[in-house]
Amino acid sequence: MAEPATRQVPAQAMAELVAIVGADSVIRTPLRLLTYESDANGVFHSLPAAVVLPHDIDETRRVVEVLARHGVPFLPRGAGTGLAGGAVALGNEVVVDTVRLTRLDAPDLDSAAIWAEVGVTNVSVSVAVAGDGMFYAPDPSSQAASTIGGNVANNSGGSHCLKYGVTTNHILAVDAILPDGTALRMGGDAPDLPGYDLRGLFVGSEGTMGVATRALLRLTPTPAEVRTVLATFDSVRAASQTVSAVIAAGMLPAAMEVMDRMAIDGVEKGPYPVGFGPEVGATLLFEVDGLPVSVEAKAQRIEAICKQMGVQAVRIAQSAEERALWWANRKTAFGAMGNLGRNFYVQDGVIPRTRLPDVIDRVGEIGAEFGLRIANVFHAGDGNLHPLILFDAKKPGDTEKAMACGSAILKVCVEAGGSITGEHGVGVEKRADMAVMFGEADLALQDSVRRVFDPRGIANPGKVLPTPDDIRRASAG
Amino acid sequence: MATAPEPRSAANPLPMAGGFRHPDPPSEAGYDSCVHCGFCLPVCPTYQVTGLEEHSPRGRVFVIKAAAEGRIPLLDEALLEPVDMCLDCRACETVCPSHVPIGTLIEQARGQLYHEQAALPPGRRIGTMERLAFRHLFPYPRRWDRVARLARWYQKSGLFRSGALRGRLPAHLRDFEAALPPVRGTTVRRTAPTVTPPQGARKARVAVFTGCVQDVVFTPVNEATVRVLARNGCEVMILRDQNCCGALNRDMGDREGARDMARRNIDRFLASGAEYIVTNAGGCGSAMVEYPTLLAGDPAYADKARAFAGRVVDVSRLLVRLGIEPPTAPPVPQRVTYHESCHLANVLATRAEPRQVLRAIPGLDLVEMTNPARCCGSAGIYNLEHPEMAGRLLEDKMDTLPDGVDVVATGNPGCALQLAVGARQRGRTLRIAHPVELLAEAYARETTEGVLSRG
Repeated sequence: MAEPATRQVPAQAMAELVAIVGADSVIRTPLRLLTYESDANGVFHSLPAAVVLPHDIDETRRVVEVLARHGVPFLPRGAGTGLAGGAVALGNEVVVDTVRLTRLDAPDLDSAAIWAEVGVTNVSVSVAVAGDGMFYAPDPSSQAASTIGGNVANNSGGSHCLKYGVTTNHILAVDAILPDGTALRMGGDAPDLPGYDLRGLFVGSEGTMGVATRALLRLTPTPAEVRTVLATFDSVRAASQTVSAVIAAGMLPAAMEVMDRMAIDGVEKGPYPVGFGPEVGATLLFEVDGLPVSVEAKAQRIEAICKQMGVQAVRIAQSAEERALWWANRKTAFGAMGNLGRNFYVQDGVIPRTRLPDVIDRVGEIGAEFGLRIANVFHAGDGNLHPLILFDAKKPGDTEKAMACGSAILKVCVEAGGSITGEHGVGVEKRADMAVMFGEADLALQDSVRRVFDPRGIANPGKVLPTPDDIRRASAG
Repeated sequence: MATAPEPRSAANPLPMAGGFRHPDPPSEAGYDSCVHCGFCLPVCPTYQVTGLEEHSPRGRVFVIKAAAEGRIPLLDEALLEPVDMCLDCRACETVCPSHVPIGTLIEQARGQLYHEQAALPPGRRIGTMERLAFRHLFPYPRRWDRVARLARWYQKSGLFRSGALRGRLPAHLRDFEAALPPVRGTTVRRTAPTVTPPQGARKARVAVFTGCVQDVVFTPVNEATVRVLARNGCEVMILRDQNCCGALNRDMGDREGARDMARRNIDRFLASGAEYIVTNAGGCGSAMVEYPTLLAGDPAYADKARAFAGRVVDVSRLLVRLGIEPPTAPPVPQRVTYHESCHLANVLATRAEPRQVLRAIPGLDLVEMTNPARCCGSAGIYNLEHPEMAGRLLEDKMDTLPDGVDVVATGNPGCALQLAVGARQRGRTLRIAHPVELLAEAYARETTEGVLSRG
């Protein structure tokens, strides 16, 4: 009855892995490996040859050293909340699961930094330093579950990255085990180290340059005051135009988030309903932060602009609870797609903000062409779209249709002068689309960089960079 | 635009024949609504302890789905272990964006395995003692009276004091035996008046659900519940022929047994005309509000189950709804922390009300613990079945109790016992009490004070 993995780890390597972490911490039987066949991407599945769960950094180093010495391909995994299939063992690699590396040091408040092992969840960093008046700024919607390791691998963004920047702007140093087993610190306490920015290369490398074990995170002072404004509109177009009007008025809110009607339907059925009426065609959630006086003025200005732009209703959060509810409502959007359909497939395209209204209309048309429902959630300030394509994997051909639909949307994004991914990483899902985004010379140079770190191609192979086949198809199609 | 690689790899062959083969299988709509987002991971106690995907809610839903599709054989450890190790604490359900009915899926999977007992590996079978209890004890309330008398006799006997039996028990049961509070030997169900009149104007007519373990081991909690409700304007009924709620049967997969008990409770409580069916045990209350799910396939009871469930309420919530009569006795200083029963918090969504009850008590200083909603490891009889995992969760819980508290208040007998074990193991003098016990004491002090001032 078993579904055997096709790759066998050499017996000697397996014995050494077991000797390091203990037999309980190496999962080898195919049926027990099933729960590791996918991450939060709804499409790609493949069984790893084994899953190894080291208990600490030293075990992690020794595990990677064994895999490197035996030439066994591997990939790191955190909480498995990635949306691009980056943690799927496409070629039955060994998964090095880092969720047990959960040590969080005391913060160094003088330099506003904290060392976190990679299994620490994103939000627990902010929780730990809240009492010191600090927070860790990158806030992917998965932040309650996703790990620092996964955030570093994918250079994750989030709602507040409009103002604060993405993960790489908040990582001072990374300790990693390279694909040859070498332990190396990239970056350091001091900013702007001389020489090539290895830290910058590593952040966002999706496990293709080795396994991170801990990172020095930059902490940000908690803003003195925060105002959250929730506006509802007849249409996504009206909401998008309001976003442009706010930017044109010279403001940079910390976040500007739009949801369309279908996304609203999903989250309102979730655990944090806000109570939007049926007349609401789109929601626009703003956050402004800073000094009390300026924040109040900004919130009122936004309110006024919303009214000029034909808002249905606009409200400033009256309490911390109300603010938390609005955010929880927004941040569960992906997971809430289960309320609307069996499977979903999310895209992560980026477009110039001014093109939002037209591109969103085009996304709707593409959905209609493919006969698929698409919910839209986007970080409007960055022009980072998240079309959630609903499909039914049990229906023959539906998965392929959803993926083709996703690619069609990305093509529109690139044509609009944008990019195929904002914050979810390339993984396996958008690997082929890289060939649309980049030219030959660019891809060749990226490939050379990867080979410097991993000449044998054993670290998360098959991810990020397109295969020759992908490139051929891209230039043909 | 280029197409991405093959979505399903060659290493992921097609489903095999098989799947669940008994009635009432885990529902397809239930497991199919999981989109694998992983938001449940950080709240799952077993995942937090092990870091294993198979011990996460997402992993459990996944293996249940895989078993339904025939990818995992019904009797394989890859299904048994994840399904068995779930605490059924339901923390995952409170954060799931798609409302996957994870608890029900687990219970339904256990229901399938219940029918496969003979074929299960010996370590996975339901033990003889549990089986006897399910069949011959839980469904028969009068037998609980005998258990109560027997327990009292035992605690009074030299056998208990000498610890002769204790020495023969497995290690993890020894602490339980020693931590049991003195048993009254009678039950409220049998001895309390069938109707206790309200003090003052009647605000509501209620029936108290007395439970089994609660009534035998924590008789004073039931007594306090009756007194406090009456003091707050309730006419309080005690139905002599009420039944165990069936939660333990259901948790172990005996869904038919649980349904029988549910039907009997529904008939009796609906016939009583009570406006509210009041529970003081989070586990019982949560099982009872979920009778509609349990009886979904029974057309004769589906509507009645909904009517019944609509009346079930935790005592703290009812008190808050009616408005708590403030105790007039002078304040007695006591430092109390509150541990949330998983079922009370996650299924009955009753979190603020027990704290409001505590805050109504003059002199009581409520000190919050970190992570009050984290499971203590009791989880029905999970602590008896899985002492290692339960022990680790208890250790974590004891670590988070604030220093200098006199009392840990909690709204579920399983938690109360587990915490008593924890206190004993740590050599800590801690009283474990139900919030209504503390409120009843405050009311009792009114009369004592009155007597003293008169005398």
